[in-house]
Amino acid sequence: MAGSTLEIKNLHVAIEGEEILTGVNLTINGGEFHAVMGPNGTGKSTLASAIMGHPKYEITEGEVYIDGKDVLEMEVDERAQAGLFLAMQYPSEISGVTNSDFLRSSINARREEGDEISLMKFIKEMDGTMDLLEMDKNMAQRYLNEGFSGGEKKRNEILQLMMLKPAIAILDEIDSGLDIDALKVVSKGINQMRDDNFGCLIITHYQRLLNYITPDKVHVMMKGRIVKSGGPELAQRLEDEGYDWIKQELGIEDETVGQKA
Amino acid sequence: MTVEISLGYDKEYVSKFSAGLNEPEWMKTLRLDALQQAERLPMPKPDKTKIDRWNFTKFTHDLRGEKMESLAELPDQIKNFIDQDKAEQNLMIQRDQRPAYASLSKSLKDKGVIFTDMKTAVNENSDLVEKYYMKDGIQVDEHRLTALHAALMNGGVFVYVPENVQVEEPLQAIFWQEDPEAALFNHVIVVADKNSSVTYVENYISHNKEDEEAVTNILTEVFAHDNAKVSFGAVDNLGAGTTTYVNRRGVADRDAKIEWALGQMNDGYTISENYTYLMGENSLGDAKTVSVGRGNQKQNFTARIVHYGKASEGYILQHGVMKDKATAIFNGIGKIEHGASKSNAEQESRVLMLSKDARGDANPILLIDEDDVTAGHAASVGRVDPMQLFYLMSRGMSQKEAERLVIHGFLAPVVNQLPIEAVKEQLTQVIEGKVN
Repeated sequence: MAGSTLEIKNLHVAIEGEEILTGVNLTINGGEFHAVMGPNGTGKSTLASAIMGHPKYEITEGEVYIDGKDVLEMEVDERAQAGLFLAMQYPSEISGVTNSDFLRSSINARREEGDEISLMKFIKEMDGTMDLLEMDKNMAQRYLNEGFSGGEKKRNEILQLMMLKPAIAILDEIDSGLDIDALKVVSKGINQMRDDNFGCLIITHYQRLLNYITPDKVHVMMKGRIVKSGGPELAQRLEDEGYDWIKQELGIEDETVGQKA
Repeated sequence: MTVEISLGYDKEYVSKFSAGLNEPEWMKTLRLDALQQAERLPMPKPDKTKIDRWNFTKFTHDLRGEKMESLAELPDQIKNFIDQDKAEQNLMIQRDQRPAYASLSKSLKDKGVIFTDMKTAVNENSDLVEKYYMKDGIQVDEHRLTALHAALMNGGVFVYVPENVQVEEPLQAIFWQEDPEAALFNHVIVVADKNSSVTYVENYISHNKEDEEAVTNILTEVFAHDNAKVSFGAVDNLGAGTTTYVNRRGVADRDAKIEWALGQMNDGYTISENYTYLMGENSLGDAKTVSVGRGNQKQNFTARIVHYGKASEGYILQHGVMKDKATAIFNGIGKIEHGASKSNAEQESRVLMLSKDARGDANPILLIDEDDVTAGHAASVGRVDPMQLFYLMSRGMSQKEAERLVIHGFLAPVVNQLPIEAVKEQLTQVIEGKVN
């Protein structure tokens, strides 16, 4: 089998003592695109952040493996080195560090000392990727995410995704706040990544992103766990009918978990 | 020899020391007067930093650093501070308070520029040095350390740029404390006469460990006469065992400019005072400082600009990073005296703490005795944002590398604005060494 495998088993996560994930099970293989959907406050973003090792989230139960290696034992940077990537919903702004220096440091962090990417190769690759994402060239020299518009931040996350080429990417609401043109551009970037060696977990609130990126599997999250899974047709039905039918089917009254996230 | 300086110490030693250097009478008298004053004057009292247990008195004073024939003899740690590709160096190296290397371009010599070690200047340019030495800049009797300095001054540099001369290439002085217990009682004077300009860059370097105790007591006086401009850059890089008192003071006359670019990168206990007196109308003082503290360091930084001249402008920008258990106080003081109308005093101090045991404090102070002025200040003290580290590490960087980037980013707004390219490069290199 090509690519990597991310296995999430019975994952429970708490923030400040309150349980937000209540037992998530999910396996993503190289070559597969999974979409996790659900209303606000059901734990979708918590799942994304917890897998990457966000300092605020506490894993209370369960396991996460990438290619059989225990992810929860790893530091954040080790998770990235193992092949994971998280496109963040709210990426940090870092003043004084140019986007280009940051990207180059990130790429070199994955390479051995003495095998750093050459400046020419880096610039060429970055220029090409920025063109594809229709990004203004001066963004390379701007400070990381500082003063970026919402749309620029999202494109910048995808720029990193494409330059870092992880084995498994988690995209946390990459579509939020994007107009339709930007959404198309971002989708183009993500689709370009599609091959047997790349697995992707797309977390989204809206179905519209899935008009441009076709998922292989769709999962619905409620009350901090996956309550329903299916193929692309499930996303379509959610678009047409909303979430109420699932709640009725499963006898759920309040789909949220913990305090409104 | 090692001297225990205490109250009631040795007049004979100072006389002998002065005689040994063939100093003119005025200098000898000044030393002996200062010595007497040192006995009765109190220690300085830096705001919020207790210094009563710091070592200012245990050191080796009479030093014998060796001369060098060429720059190739320098160890790499010193070479890194020199741009060796330059065809013509305007460079002075002082090794354990003895002049070890000196070169000044012929064209500057021909124009009457003086760039020489203090001992030579005291003898060869006695009148000129006397005119400036601890008169209108720093006073002997400010406190015990200024008096002690005047009594025991044992090195330094004298720079004089005559009227209408523009020195294009920077002058650089390196003060290398090779003996781990050496005492640097260093005195630097930079004079830019009317309508002249000069860039001067200095480096204090030592590599002594925490238990190798040494003392520096550095006084620097910068004079920019009418319409002159002095860019003064420094990268202080003294070792962990050195206790430093450094006072850099500028006096700007009418239409004169003094720009400070200070990299305060010592590893030991440090009090650094940087005062600028804007005496003349339309004069400008600009102090930019960058600091990194680590280990168990305690430091106190004061940037103070005093406005006497009308329409004078004072700008202070200081950024500091504290790691490990380091502590630092940043005082920014803008003072506008009565009569200095239309003046503007601006200041900004930012401190970033990288560990839970690091401490930083920023005290912005504006003292204004005139109505028709503008002034502003901003200060912030904060810890490194864990979300920033999470973000960087999620891209594969180690925590150390992530912190390194955050520190660089935090200091960049100051480093990028430093007016002297050589200082920018040196500083970037020293910061790199300190954060790794």
